[in-house]
Formats: sequence, structure tokens, C-alpha cells
Amino acid sequence: MISKAKGNNKAIDIIKFSLRNNIRQYTMFIALIGIMLIFSVLSDVFLTPRNLSILFLQTAHIAILACGVVLVIVAGHIDLSIGAVVGLTGAIVAILQAKFGLGVVPAIIITLGVGALIGIWQGYWVAYRDVPAFIVTLAGMMIFNGLLLGITNGETIPTNNTFNKIGQDYIPTLFLKNSPRDMIPHDTTVIILIIVIIGYLWMEFRKRKERIRYGFDILPKSLFIVKISLVILLITTVFLIMAFYLGIPYSILLLMLIGSLYTFLTTKTTFGRQVYAIGGNREAAKLSGINIRKRTLWIFISSGILGAIGGIIYTARVGSAAASAGQGMELDVIAAAIIGGTSTLGGEGTIVGAIIGALVMATLNNGMLLLDVGTTQRLIVRGLVLLLAVWVDISSRKNKS
Amino acid sequence: MSEYILEMQNIVKEFPGVRALDNVNFKVRKGEIHALVGENGAGKSTLMKILSGVYPYGTYEGKILINGKEQRFSNTKDSENAGVGIVYQELTLVKQMNICENIYLGNEFQKFGVINWNKAMSETKKLLKEVGLTESPATKIINLGIGKQQLVEIAKALSKNIKILILDEPTAALNEDDTENLLKIIRKLKEDGISCIYISHKLKEVKAIADTITILRDGKTIATYTNDEKVTQDKIITGMVGRQINQLFPKEEHTPGDVMLEVKDWTVYNPELPDRKIIDNVSFKARKGEILGVAGLMGSGRTELMMSLFGAFGIKKSGKVYIDGEEVKIKEPREAIEKGLCYLSEDRKKSGLVLMMDVKENITLASLKKISGLMGINENEEIKISNHYVDALKIKTPSIEQKTRNLSGGNQQKVVIAKWLMAEPKVLILDEPTRGIDVGAKYEIYNIMNELADRGVCIIMISSELPEVLGMSDRILVMHEGKITAELDYKEATQEKVMYFATGSGDLELASK
Repeated sequence: MISKAKGNNKAIDIIKFSLRNNIRQYTMFIALIGIMLIFSVLSDVFLTPRNLSILFLQTAHIAILACGVVLVIVAGHIDLSIGAVVGLTGAIVAILQAKFGLGVVPAIIITLGVGALIGIWQGYWVAYRDVPAFIVTLAGMMIFNGLLLGITNGETIPTNNTFNKIGQDYIPTLFLKNSPRDMIPHDTTVIILIIVIIGYLWMEFRKRKERIRYGFDILPKSLFIVKISLVILLITTVFLIMAFYLGIPYSILLLMLIGSLYTFLTTKTTFGRQVYAIGGNREAAKLSGINIRKRTLWIFISSGILGAIGGIIYTARVGSAAASAGQGMELDVIAAAIIGGTSTLGGEGTIVGAIIGALVMATLNNGMLLLDVGTTQRLIVRGLVLLLAVWVDISSRKNKS
Repeated sequence: MSEYILEMQNIVKEFPGVRALDNVNFKVRKGEIHALVGENGAGKSTLMKILSGVYPYGTYEGKILINGKEQRFSNTKDSENAGVGIVYQELTLVKQMNICENIYLGNEFQKFGVINWNKAMSETKKLLKEVGLTESPATKIINLGIGKQQLVEIAKALSKNIKILILDEPTAALNEDDTENLLKIIRKLKEDGISCIYISHKLKEVKAIADTITILRDGKTIATYTNDEKVTQDKIITGMVGRQINQLFPKEEHTPGDVMLEVKDWTVYNPELPDRKIIDNVSFKARKGEILGVAGLMGSGRTELMMSLFGAFGIKKSGKVYIDGEEVKIKEPREAIEKGLCYLSEDRKKSGLVLMMDVKENITLASLKKISGLMGINENEEIKISNHYVDALKIKTPSIEQKTRNLSGGNQQKVVIAKWLMAEPKVLILDEPTRGIDVGAKYEIYNIMNELADRGVCIIMISSELPEVLGMSDRILVMHEGKITAELDYKEATQEKVMYFATGSGDLELASK
């Protein structure tokens, strides 16, 4: 649709093209809506602002971690150490406050630094010593689990209330005290919603103006209006769900920021483009002058820092750091990315997809909990969904070629 | 009984758009060494793939007779059972396994899945003796030199009780001692009654060992000679290249300017066999605004030479490279691109394109800096530039957002060319730029090359197609076994001359100069 003006850009063709090019994201999104509909029929509680807000809160750390692992997998690597990094950094941030008496902010800054160091360590082995990421991060998983056990002595370290707000609390109201029972929306959330919508509209109109300046085709006005209306409707729904409960949780705000940043990184920057090229065809990327080693190092640094952020949020949500924290979390994170359309072969995957993937997994879990489905069945269902999602993806790709 | 152990009659094999074999007739007598010669792409490998069952019966026309009986192979196992064994140029041994395990891989002495290793070991010993190896059957392949690995491959073929042994470029990677030894073994096998089909570019070897020589050219049998004094190397070469050049090339006289690329005493060692030189003390110059052709047969080191200059091949290298008069030390492609040296690889799918990316993303891949600012990649700039190249190179695509995997070969190649044009090279190396693309697209690529040369770009074109080299180059370098064996002006160059130097027939003459 961007190519040269042909003058016959019928709305229907544009929609078709867009559907065909983004079929995987749309499928996942539709699947998510479908799952939500099923649960809302089966359970009265599911579709309440309270339950959905809690659902978002439970997904935040997985979705944030998934943003990082998308980059890793797109580049053709894997990170098995995510859970261990979450556990270790969670313990570090707790210990710094509980035993060294550091304030919340310095403790967080140091923990993020540790995350970056972990990324440098693993990235160095993968990028400059050519050890497969599978091995490096498997070793990392053991090492960080060992360190975690060492610094916690196997004890559980409680964290203070101020810190816990990051994982449990909602942003404050400005004017009105909100009350879900009386249907008074959370005012700050509504204000943020309005800012987001204005920001979105500004971006869309600027893009349109720029394209006109360059003399490119633009969407016909009718379609343009439909498109922005749909997006605004979606944003509004998500925000209103939260506004009619207790507002936006801090962790969701963070997820929104990180999700936007990583979407920008993957779609608009040289770095992102090169990562996709490396995963898509390493040889061609190398011959095109891409510094593969440096890019790989930065991918792991990003994964390490996001691991630390995940560790902070998770610890704050649970309210304590334990030696068992984060165990197996990497599998949830990787599953989210893959369900969201990230190709295990590298070269393909999106941030939005991974966040949707995380939501799919969390929704399944949440919905089945509401229906009193046991842990056994829940694990089995989630495993089958992962298998199914990848199978659908692979078979649809075969059909295309 | 027929005097021929093998007869291939009127073989026709077509690939989409190409007739790879056109009525080929090929007969091998019992117990003879029969050399099969021809340029790259003459159809030798295709013919052997038909004989060994890689292309099963039904995918080609014609008949295969072994000992007078018609054969219809549906896979390689069938051809082995009929007594045909092949040793490929690229050895297929599992390096981590030992000799015995390799020889009986997939063919084990087994009962209910349990392997009888004692029997395998003792049989291996006998086979090794036949090929003149004294190593223990338990030696790991990784510990053998390349010459001995070749002999293990032959032993593996012999283990299948073969009557016809096909050797595809067996000496390409061997030094002189190993070659001598190999030829000795082949002669011995001949005495044991095994017929051998010997494919080689090295005409001296062919003259030394063959009883009969068959020449293929463009998928046709040109001649079959009994190897005697009357059959000179010159006569073979004439047979290999003696086609009429009827394809027209948009040949233009360029006026070469200053030296743009100078290479002095360039030597590159094989990364896997560090004591073997792949490029041996090569020096040459390429000028602004000229098209320098590089000819040579498979294994001559053309691609390795260019890739090593580009920083994409070789670890141990020596020599000097100057670009525009300035000495450069290039360790990675990134540095080469910065210095204005770009390389279009010979395999666009494997190392040229990111197939899952679209046209514009591929075009800008090597020059993202040029279109990015603080706010990241300027998408509109990207679209504008990509559209410009799509127009300029006449790339046929429904949209610049089309994934490159959906384009035809010629258009894919143009996308890669566009990528390098956007990087604004001073020296552009094109490795087989027209391989596997249709005539129309070829012609357009020739025009692009001329246009670039007119704009002062120094173009180096590697090509296996002699008419193309002769038709497009201002000057031609000929390579053989890692050395430049000749430098010819296009006016004096003929197919015969180029092939003469490419087959190493010019060695003595050069030495005496």
C-alpha cells in the first residue's frame, strides 16, 4: 500500500493486504478475545473490572520480560536464565533495603546495574566467545540460582510497604477519590487516557502529513477514520477497565512504557532492524556490514536489565524475596513470546505479539482458576495451547509457501 | 554381453527454464578409466546425479544400461545395489566417527539392530588395504589428512561391492603427493576390474590417467576420444569451449581511470587446513571505470580471493591492499563497506538477501545510517530511496513491502545490487551476478554494470560463463589453484585462451617467461 501511486487503492484491497501481512498478530488477538468471551460466559466474575485489573497486574512482569526475550529469540538465541535473574535481582533489591538500609531508589538503581552486569557477562560469552546461548544461559541459570541461595541463606526476606507499591499499588488519584462501587472512575487514569489518545492522534496525523509531503499514497479518509476509531476504542476499553477499578497499577504503567520503548526499538531503529536481519539471515547480515557481536552483546544487556526490572516488580508484588523466586519463570516468558508469534528460528516476532501472548497465558490461568480448575489441568491446558499455537503458525506458513 | 559396463543413452534432463542435459550419450567400457570433462555447468554433475539415483527414474528421459540391462533407479540405494558408487567432491564423512563406523554407516552388519562390530572391523581392514591405507579402522576421521579421508570415501564405496566408481573432482583439495597416491590407487582398482568415471578440471591429470575422455558442453556430448598422443590438451579445451558466441552483450568501451584497487602479494590460508594456501601470492590492479573479469574453474579460488579482500573469508592472510591509493586493513565486511569496497555474493539466497524481509528493508540494510536520525529510521526517506532503486533497476515487484522470498531470481538479484548501490561503493565486486536468472534480467544487469563503470565505479566480475566474461570485461584475470595464471586484454582473449590458463595448462609456459 505504500508503493507507488496506482490510483486504484480500494479500501477492501488495503484491508486485505494489511490482514495478510499481519495475520499472526490478528489471529492471536482474536484468540485472546475469544478466550475472554468464553470465560465471561462461564464465570460471572471474569469480566469485572476488578478481576481484569488483577489479571493485568499478574501479567505485568511476564509481559515485561517477554519484551526482552523477543529480541533474544528474534536474533536466533535463547535465554534460559530469565527466571534465575528475576530471583537473584529480586533478592538483591530486598537485601539492599532490609540489611543495608538503602532507600528504595538507590536499591533499585543498584539492582538495575546488577542486571546490566549479568547481561554483559552472558552477552560476552555468546557474542565474543561463540558459546551457544543455550549453554551460556543454562550455565547462567545455575550460577544465579547458586548466588541467590548464597545471599538469601534460603531465608525469605520481606520488603517494605513503600517498595511493595511498585508491584501492588495503583497510581494515586488527583482530584476525586475513586470508588468502584459508586462507578466513579479513577480520575488520573482518565487523564492519562486522554493524553494517550491525543498523543496517538498527533502521531497519526503527523505521519499522514509527512506522507503527503513526500507524495506517497495515504489511506483513504474513510478508512483512516475507521482505523483510528478502532485503535482509540481499544485503548479506551483497556483504560476504562482499570479506571473503574482502582486505576492504573504502577507495574502496568511500567509495562506500557517498556512496551512502547521496545516497539520503537524493534520497528524504528537501526539496532532493531539489524537484529531482525541477524536472525533472518546471519550470513547476509554479516556481509551487509552489521556488527553482529556488538548487537548480540546489547541484546543480552537488554535482557539482563529487563530481568532486573522483572525481579523488582515480582518481589514487590509478592512482598518478599525468597530463594525459590522466579523458578521456571523463563518458560512462561518464552511461551508468551512464542504464542505471540515470535519464530523460534529467529528473524520474526513483535513486542505487541509477545504482550498479547503473555495475556493469553494469564487469561487462561485466571479464567480456569475462577472455574476452580485444578493445577494439574491448568498446566496441561497451557501446555497444549502453546503446542497448538506453534503448530497453527507453522502450518499456516507452509500453506503460504 | 556388451563390451560396455555402462551405457547412458539419449539422456535429457530439464529444470524449470533450463535444459541441463540434451541428448547425452555416455558409455563406459569394463575396467577403464573414463574422464568426464567440461566447464562449470556443462552438465557433468547432473549426469552423475542421474546415474547415482539422486534424480530418480522418471525425472529424466533416456535409458541407463548396466551390463546391457536397463536400470530404473528410484534412489541412491538402488544405484548402489546395481554397482554404482560415487565419491563427492565435498566429502561426506562424519568427522567425529572412526573409519569403520563411517564405512558401514547406514549399511551396518546387524541383527535385530545390534551391530556386529568384529565383523565390521575385519572387513574394514581388508578394504583399507585395498586403498593402501595402514591406519587402524578405529582411527577417527578428524585425525586423518584430507588425502586419506578421500581414500576412506573410496573404501566406503568399495564396501558396497561396486563395479563403477565415480570420482567427482577428487584431487581438488589434494597436494601433489596425495594426488599421485590417489592416481596409483585408481590404477590398481582398474586392474581389479573396477571401472572409474573421473571428473576433473585438471587436464594434466586427465591426460595422465584416463583411457577415454568424454567432453560435455552446455548439456551435450561433444566428443569421446581414446586418450592417445593425438588428443592434446588444446584439443580438449577446444571441445570444452568451442561454442559460437551468439548471445549479444552490450559491450561498451570504457576509459579506465586511476588505479582504484591494488592488491599486492595476497596470500590466504585455508581456515580448516592452516598449512594449505587457498590464495597464493596474488597481485593485481583494478581501475576506476573498468570492468575487470575474473575467470576460473571450480576450486580456483576466485570467490575466496574476493571474499578475503572483503573481510569475509580467511583468518591467516598476508599481503597488502590499497583502495584509492590508501592502504587498508580490512578484518570485517563492515570495514570494507566503510572503505568503499562492496561484495555481491554468489549465492543470493544464502548470503545476499534476508528472505523474510521486504524489498525496502533489504535495499537499506547495508546503509541504515544514511536514513536514520535521532528519531530512528526515517521510514519516508526509506520508501523514497527504495522506490528510486526499484525504478532505476526496473525491479519488478508489486510493492516495496513485498517479501523478497516472493520475487523471481532476477529481481532478487537486482534487490541485492540495489543494496550495494545504496552503499555507494568505489569498488563493487560481483560474484556470478547473473547466475540462475533469465536472459532479459541478465541483459538489464549488464546495462547496470556498464552504467556504473561509466560513473567511475571499479567493477570486478567473477563469472563461470566464458561468453559473459569475454563479452563484458575490459580486462580478464584467469585463476587456477589460487594463483592468477593470466591477465588478458579483452581484445586478445578467446574462450580457448582463457580455458587454457584456467585448466592450469599454462603453468610451464608462465614459468619459462
